[in-house]
Amino acid sequence: MDTNKVISLDGVTVELGGRVIFNNVSFAVEKGEFVAVLGPNGAGKTTLLKLLLGLLKPTKGDVRVLGAVPHRGDGNIGYAPQHRVLETDLALRARDVVGFGLDGNKWGIGFGSRKRDALIDAALKEVDAYRFANAPIGHLSGGEQQRLLIAQALITDPKILLLDEPLSNLDINHAQEIIALLTEIAKHRGVTIMLVSHDINPLLPAANRVLYFARGHSAMGTPDEVVTSATLSRLYDTKVEVIRSGGHVFVVGAEI
Amino acid sequence: MFSIFQYSFIQNAFLAGTVVAIVGGFVGYFLVTRGLTFAGEALSHIGFAGAAAALFVGIDPIVGLLTFTIIAGIAIGIFGKDLREEDINIGIVMTLALGLGALFISLYNGYAEQAYSILFGTILGISHTDVLVTLIFGIGTIAILVAIFRPLLFSSADPEVAEARGVPVRALGILFLVLVAVAVSMSVQVVGVLLIFTLLVGPAATAIRLVHNPLGAVSISIALALAYTWLGIFLAATGSWPVTFYIATISFLVYLPVRLLTART
Repeated sequence: MDTNKVISLDGVTVELGGRVIFNNVSFAVEKGEFVAVLGPNGAGKTTLLKLLLGLLKPTKGDVRVLGAVPHRGDGNIGYAPQHRVLETDLALRARDVVGFGLDGNKWGIGFGSRKRDALIDAALKEVDAYRFANAPIGHLSGGEQQRLLIAQALITDPKILLLDEPLSNLDINHAQEIIALLTEIAKHRGVTIMLVSHDINPLLPAANRVLYFARGHSAMGTPDEVVTSATLSRLYDTKVEVIRSGGHVFVVGAEI
Repeated sequence: MFSIFQYSFIQNAFLAGTVVAIVGGFVGYFLVTRGLTFAGEALSHIGFAGAAAALFVGIDPIVGLLTFTIIAGIAIGIFGKDLREEDINIGIVMTLALGLGALFISLYNGYAEQAYSILFGTILGISHTDVLVTLIFGIGTIAILVAIFRPLLFSSADPEVAEARGVPVRALGILFLVLVAVAVSMSVQVVGVLLIFTLLVGPAATAIRLVHNPLGAVSISIALALAYTWLGIFLAATGSWPVTFYIATISFLVYLPVRLLTART
């Protein structure tokens, strides 16, 4: 087995409620890669993350994460689902949210310890969130909350980071800050990142490869290989034009 | 004035009241934060039907209360996938329960006093058996809440990540509603069906506005519930107005300034 392969899908088909989400999808991701997962709504981006987390089983085919069949509660995977407003009624501080990543799944009340505080502080510093460590989450902006969710996902020191739409609800400057942060983390920790997005542009400088889903099929490669008129037209089965201008990519004729 | 404590009915009231307040303050925190206050209200009305049915067949009302609310709690947990969207369904079931309660009370042919005490509470008349039942169920509820505290908090704040991390989110949700059912049944004895919010929601809602960390909020919620209950029983025992009136009024008088002085984000 190729030891550099962190994630691999081999001929995977997923049907949910009689609807085919994936049809015979195969690809592999290597250690330390930053993969942007793109495609229209309902194309299976979130389904892919659920497969990798072991929350869904493939109807057909083989899914491997770090050489094993995915299972729930795998500490090797850090996960931040699609951005949502965190429950403000819970009277949570920023550090409480990060703490969930550490021991939220353990039984008992958990009164904390110096060691626990130190781990949380370190995680908060890594995502530049230490300055609002004790602020109630209801007082934090979308970008600040996103940093907390990344810190929460990172605190178990995972080998893989799965992020579902971390950039939605962020303006372009904040999106670029988050991407710069993730690039740094990927390099520094050697962690593999799969990031679901509906916009390729902020990811162009960061993503090593792009995984593009449409109509149950996928295409994988460098942004230059995949985000082209020819590849996307084949994926969508309709005429799609990719226009590159001033370092930006525009997809015309299809919902990205 | 402290001579009232020599009466066994006062001792019983304080003992049961203390356990009920701790359970109410603790469960209330999660009830409020999970947005389930309406389900709590519905369970109390279903409990009314249970208590009335128990009276009708001639058994202790607490048995009917516990049976009906626990079954209803499990049913809500299983069938109400997103409870916030099930409010109309809960409302309709709740009114059916009230209707059934009215029927049982009229069939019972007993004293209207019994119906009154289910609706408004009867802590000063609590029986020795009820104190015992309250103690057992109360300690059990607190023990379970302590055991599931972190995963329940995690799954309340972020069910998706909690599930991915291996927390049995759905099972915890159902278990929590069973605990709510027990808390409601116990609280009915103190404040009655109609005033369930004063113990289950009032202290927790106030606490959440005062502090921003889960353990602190739970502690303050329990402390407030205890203070309201003790003060209410004490005032009622020395005065002549009902306990329920005192507890509800204190709960309101504390919540009002807190609500007005703390800005919500």
